[in-house]
Amino acid sequence: MTSSDEPQSSPTAVSTATRPQASSLRTSDSPGVFGDRVFSTLALLAGVTILVTLAFVALFLTANSTGAIHREEEGWIVGQFVEYAYPLVVGTLIAALIALVLATPVAVGVALYISHFAPPRLSKSIGYVIDLLAAIPSVVYGAWGMSFLGPALVPVYAWLHQYLSFIPLFSGSPSQTGRTILTAGVVLAVMVLPIITSVCREIFIQTPKLHEEAALALGATRWEMIRMAVFPFARAGIISGVMLGLGRALGETMAVTLVLSPGLLTASLISAGNSTIPAEIALGFPEAPPGSERQAQLIAIGLVLFIITLIVNMTARWIVSRHKEFSGAN
Amino acid sequence: MSQTDQKQPTPTSVEGPAGPPAQRRPDPAAALRPRSLTQNSIPWWVGLVVLAAAAVLGAALSALISFSIALWLIFTAVSYVIISYVVTRTRVNRRKATDGFWKNLVYLAFIVALLPLVSVIWSVVSVGVPGLLEPGFLASDMRGIDGSIDQQSQEEGTAVLGGIRHAMIGSLLITLTATLISVPIGLMTSIYLVEYSRGGTLARAITFFVDVMTGIPSIVAGLFGAAAMGWFLSTANSLGLPLPSRSTMGITAAVALSVLMIPVVVRTTEEMLRVVPNELREASYALGVRKWRTILKVVIPTAISGIAAGVTLAIARVIGETAPILVTAGFVVYTNWNMFQGWMTALPVYIYRQFQNPTSPNFSDPSHQRAWAAALVLILIVMGLNLIARIIAALFAPKKTGR
Repeated sequence: MTSSDEPQSSPTAVSTATRPQASSLRTSDSPGVFGDRVFSTLALLAGVTILVTLAFVALFLTANSTGAIHREEEGWIVGQFVEYAYPLVVGTLIAALIALVLATPVAVGVALYISHFAPPRLSKSIGYVIDLLAAIPSVVYGAWGMSFLGPALVPVYAWLHQYLSFIPLFSGSPSQTGRTILTAGVVLAVMVLPIITSVCREIFIQTPKLHEEAALALGATRWEMIRMAVFPFARAGIISGVMLGLGRALGETMAVTLVLSPGLLTASLISAGNSTIPAEIALGFPEAPPGSERQAQLIAIGLVLFIITLIVNMTARWIVSRHKEFSGAN
Repeated sequence: MSQTDQKQPTPTSVEGPAGPPAQRRPDPAAALRPRSLTQNSIPWWVGLVVLAAAAVLGAALSALISFSIALWLIFTAVSYVIISYVVTRTRVNRRKATDGFWKNLVYLAFIVALLPLVSVIWSVVSVGVPGLLEPGFLASDMRGIDGSIDQQSQEEGTAVLGGIRHAMIGSLLITLTATLISVPIGLMTSIYLVEYSRGGTLARAITFFVDVMTGIPSIVAGLFGAAAMGWFLSTANSLGLPLPSRSTMGITAAVALSVLMIPVVVRTTEEMLRVVPNELREASYALGVRKWRTILKVVIPTAISGIAAGVTLAIARVIGETAPILVTAGFVVYTNWNMFQGWMTALPVYIYRQFQNPTSPNFSDPSHQRAWAAALVLILIVMGLNLIARIIAALFAPKKTGR
């Protein structure tokens, strides 16, 4: 904030200094005053445009989704919509949860590797390599999950079914193509990995050097140093990174659409079935005629998804901002 | 020890009186100390021995179930971690063993993270390169390609026809339009945040909602684009304006992509503008230059490399987006240059359609080959853009000596 305040003060100082002797200069500079006014108005307008856009997103989604919960001839049909939306919401949460459970430990490990284990000269390029994971488009991940990962996981699913079918998660007939919600979760895990890694890496690097050196000087091993100095400092950062990853996993469309062969909600992770909100929209929207009830229904679940991700992201940002205040990180 | 004892008189005579000679005599505790430091570590070759043992054990275990390379590697990794823990624990102590255990796990996590990257790139390149080398893949569209042609090329081995010209043109047009919409808005917003706002409520609201916007799912942005354009067109049509009645066209997709692109542009350019040293601004003000000219002539040129890099990264992000274009611009088989009329295909949507709805449902190999080749092109574009961004940022970075 200081960078924006200081230039404010300096021009006024200049103008008050020159005012007594050269008031004619000020009056002749009317194009400059005009330019200043236009430019600042444009800048303000651009900022307001963003707020208006976001308001419009919420407004349009709400306005277009009323058809899903209210019809002329039937009146309010909230129950019907909830019945339609509930399996999709649960499916979305399951897929995101699988992704987080798989990705979080690996991401924290990779971030630790980059910040504390890798040779310092290499750590930056290793960070780039992990960022490459984020550069691959989601549709390519979807294609990879559908053609390579899914078939590769089929024997694993068969094995899980054979030995662990007493657990409800692994009951049900295993998929022969591997296009299940578990595969989708694995693909999502790969996609959220770079997000969680980069947030964790940032926060691990910010750990006060003095804390680390104090721990090492007291005879702690490297792991004990990490556990005693790095993790307590980085806890909020890890949580917010995981939340950001969750937001991404909830909203990810193409990977799930391509990988999953959608179906009804089932508890089994290894058989075909389940669906997520984004996949449902991507599959249904191009076929839905404009202005139809089906389209309203799809926009309504889009709104549900929007609200869920909004809450998740805002919580993540809130944790980050709360953490910033007392950590003195910047 | 015996050698140092014999040489002792010489250094003492050079250094002069350095304390009572009794202290320099090797006492038993001092003689033990160096050995006690090396005692608690194990020689370097033990790691290799443990790895070899783990490999053998892994092979045996995987042979018990059914031998495969993947299973062997998994068992090897697990047994390496366990064996090295046990060895360190018995030979050294518990704390060192725990330290080594977690170190192994961290290294393992890194390798696990690299696996999908290698696998994805390998799968794209291995199938994509032959498809990319088909004649006319980049120069033709999908007009006239039907199931019988694909069936023929799969059964008789003739060349796979059809290409991605229309998809590349569509991607280019849509992304370019989205960039033209987002960069002015994003840049002006960050100028407002950095130069004009004084940390007031509005600025804080904008920063917060830009953060929120970064998290909008891409499919929701697509829904917004479709709904907003549909509303706009129906309003315009009811007023009698000569506009198309269907909202499915290129410009709708560009609007949807802008929703995703603006926050990225704002965040990167804001960061870059904040790095511009205040001395530069103050020097300009001191010369009597107006604020808007200072911003245009001093602040932006100083930060231009960072801004260009940020915009390039934003383009790289949206050019790979599928969902918003799928629900807003649809997909066609021919080239469409008109952003304001008719459906339009983008490269990611092309890939998606070729996988999900192969041109010939029973003979899908040619479709998949085209899709992988298109995926290869897309990855090359995205990685090229990332590379360009890094090069711009590195080459044209302002000198930071002013700070």
